[in-house]
Amino acid sequence: MINLLLFPIIIPFFFAIVLLFFKEQVRIQRILTVIGLSASIAFACTLIMKVKQDGIQTLTLGSWPAPFGITMVSDMFSVLLVTSTLVITLFVVIYSFSSIGEERERFFYYPAILFMITGVNGAFTTGDIFNMFVFFEVLLIASYLLIVLGGEKRQLRESIKYILVNVISSAFFVITVAYLYSIVGTLNMADIGQKIADIGQPGIISVIGILMLLVFGIKAGIFPLYFWMPGSYAAPPVPILALFGALLTKVGVYAITRTYTLFFVHDLAFTHTILMVLALLTIVAGCIGALAYFDLKQIIIYNILIAIGVILFGVSQMNEAGMQGAVFYLIHDMLIKGALFLIIGIMIYVTGTSNLREMGGLIKTHASLGWLFLIAAFGLAGIPPLSGFVGKLLIVQGGFEHGQIFGTIVILASSLVVLLSVIRIFIYAFWGEPVPLQPTNRKTYKHMMFPAVILVALSVLYGVGTEWIFPYVSDAAHVLLDPSSYINAVLKE
Amino acid sequence: MKKNNVILQTTAKVTFFIIFLFSIHIFFAGHFAPGGGFVGGLLTTGAIVLLLLAFDLETVKATLPFNFTVVIGVGLLLSLGTAAGSILFNVPFFTHAFAHFELPLFGDTELHTAMIFDSGVYLVVVGAAITIIQSIGGDE
Repeated sequence: MINLLLFPIIIPFFFAIVLLFFKEQVRIQRILTVIGLSASIAFACTLIMKVKQDGIQTLTLGSWPAPFGITMVSDMFSVLLVTSTLVITLFVVIYSFSSIGEERERFFYYPAILFMITGVNGAFTTGDIFNMFVFFEVLLIASYLLIVLGGEKRQLRESIKYILVNVISSAFFVITVAYLYSIVGTLNMADIGQKIADIGQPGIISVIGILMLLVFGIKAGIFPLYFWMPGSYAAPPVPILALFGALLTKVGVYAITRTYTLFFVHDLAFTHTILMVLALLTIVAGCIGALAYFDLKQIIIYNILIAIGVILFGVSQMNEAGMQGAVFYLIHDMLIKGALFLIIGIMIYVTGTSNLREMGGLIKTHASLGWLFLIAAFGLAGIPPLSGFVGKLLIVQGGFEHGQIFGTIVILASSLVVLLSVIRIFIYAFWGEPVPLQPTNRKTYKHMMFPAVILVALSVLYGVGTEWIFPYVSDAAHVLLDPSSYINAVLKE
Repeated sequence: MKKNNVILQTTAKVTFFIIFLFSIHIFFAGHFAPGGGFVGGLLTTGAIVLLLLAFDLETVKATLPFNFTVVIGVGLLLSLGTAAGSILFNVPFFTHAFAHFELPLFGDTELHTAMIFDSGVYLVVVGAAITIIQSIGGDE
């Protein structure tokens, strides 16, 4: 089974195609989507075991020799991200059954999600920089459909912004890849890493490094480039917001991490200082936004920014603790952001508004929702033993080891702001005088609770079970810090 | 606006088949010479667009009664199926196979699995382009 590493990409793609034939039969679409995602998860878990046992898996498509064909590479970092992507998507899809509405379901909602997952998993797995661009396009085009699906006025306005920003960033991506190709003469990422090591990263390569930061930064939403994100992400319904917030920004973070650990590692004082400064500014911007808004969606969206800053700060330290922390925190953040978005989706469904000022006293009528939110909020802020703690601890350790006292203090302070911003939601929405609620369907509420509870439970397990998960995270960080193991696995000599 | 389109319509009926046959030729030429599924598909789309210009949306829909979304699906399945066939033989994805066959009429012919993949591309291009044109053109 040398093709095993492709299964998490091919299976969602296959099911997306099959769904095209069942446009009107919503029931069949739902069942097929769940089957497809579950099968993909099973294969992804097998792949984790395989990577753990046999090391990095590579496959060069079409039986071409390695630097010439398109290589797909599964190291621990990418396979962990692939698995968490699939798990989150499965629960968001289950959540969609009762919340997205049949109108959207009949207009290619599930195929769009599966095509997007194909793109996301492909971008995580590919070992070819141009192929990464292609998979970015696959996920972006599917996300264009998802953001505009439903055609509400606000969605149409925001989707124009979203498409424009992403088309421009894609154009920059191609230009950057072309620059890079004209200098190193190869597109294979392992080969690029080796060639840059050979020529010792002259200034022009650092320029390309900054260009890549620009391209992926627009996608990830780092400091000056996040301007489009709060508006665009708030436009579509909550399940789509959850997918975008939990997955799409993380693809950008993955791409930055990969290129900044494999390519641009010979002038750390320049490239990684810029990365660190931008990461810290992202945290500050996110903190301001998270405290400034009274809108549930906006608060959590700005929390995405904070998390991205924290992860990239960990990456920029380039030491073992920082990198392990970044990997651990990245997966934690995918799980917890997915869960939080689903929970605020339920709160919006119950109260009929996303404005915190118009909520109150929910704990009296929806106690379980309140406690679920509190657990997720504590997890997000990183209160031990929940999952945010270990990642942040390692990142902070990495920061101090690297001597970045000031930056590390910013990270620590940001945790307090995160806690404050989510506790504010808890206080405003769950405490106080109950606001009269429109009657809502209790059964729908239960159906929506189910995936949210499981995602929160998974994130708690992820935190409590750190002892078992840590070897995998440590493997992932090891490959990131030691590019030669990646390069040797691909080029095999 | 009612216009007399006899010349355009008569020419279009003939030209459609010429363009269509040429697109098939381009499609088959694709393996060793410039051409292939994408270009062939675009040419076929061009032929159908000519019909759309000469007649109208309803006539063309009645003449070519396909659901073009399904055409996209069939095309994708064909392409993915060809690429995934390599999984059965445990060789890397996308590995293609070819052999020489003695065919009646054609003589010694080289047959490729890449051809099946390309016909998938052809169907996807035709399906997608026509779906776009129909939904934009059908919008009042």
